[in-house]
Amino acid sequence: MEPGLENYLALSGILFAIGAVGVVYKRNAIGMFMCIELMLNAVNLSFVAFSRYYADVTGQLFVFMVMAVAACEAAVGLGIIIAFFRNRISVDVDDASILKH
Amino acid sequence: MVTTVLFFLLAGLAISCAGLTVYYRNPLYSALSLIGVFISLSVLYLTLAAPFIAITQILVYAGAIMVLVIFVIMLLNLDEEKPLNRLRHLYAIGGGLGLAMLAQAFFIFYAVLKTPKHVVDTESNVGSTMSIGTHMYTEYLLPVEIVGVMLLMAIIGAVMLVRKDTNASIEAAAEKETND
Repeated sequence: MEPGLENYLALSGILFAIGAVGVVYKRNAIGMFMCIELMLNAVNLSFVAFSRYYADVTGQLFVFMVMAVAACEAAVGLGIIIAFFRNRISVDVDDASILKH
Repeated sequence: MVTTVLFFLLAGLAISCAGLTVYYRNPLYSALSLIGVFISLSVLYLTLAAPFIAITQILVYAGAIMVLVIFVIMLLNLDEEKPLNRLRHLYAIGGGLGLAMLAQAFFIFYAVLKTPKHVVDTESNVGSTMSIGTHMYTEYLLPVEIVGVMLLMAIIGAVMLVRKDTNASIEAAAEKETND
């Protein structure tokens, strides 16, 4: 006996909610980045669960695409964080307010 | 039966590791608990008969992305983040957002629970590397090529972002080239 599709979707939803709350709570850019990765993973889980329960390979292919996007995001996002750190000696997103005043 | 027990064990591990990722103020602890989430999701993919995705999850997420993140944390020598002193209303916004999303998750749980059961075809070879590869290079060839171009653009973008050349040195180089 296997756990039903609804269990996987609920787990996926809970992980996505934790990731979304983390993006709002976290003060440093790397923490926000990691919470975004968590949200991408939550979506991947529901893709794979649907792929299993409808016996369709498309879901798993799109997990692959999401992973490629996550890898691009890691390269560019961490590049931006390092460039920001060079200018401000901080990765706190509150310090990224130079356009504000 | 084994799958059900495994599912609840891994779901608990994933949720508690995700919670710790948000809870820890030290980014290194956050990164290590995020690796716990990735590994438990990878084992969940194995129970969903998707071995290729499970291995890719370990290779790409735990092996590449998190190594890069930990490398950057170590390189920048980050301290623990300061507690939230201003923008306290973010606690309210974040809590409201989280509650709304949890409500959605449980709504989906009940909605799917109520729909008629779909019989799972346990004999299908959907998750095998062979079937994924066959579909990837026939039916979904164009998306795969677009992903390739996107990876190239990301590499170029990352190199451009972190290079040290200032505008002055670029102009000097351009001037030198026109003089030659």
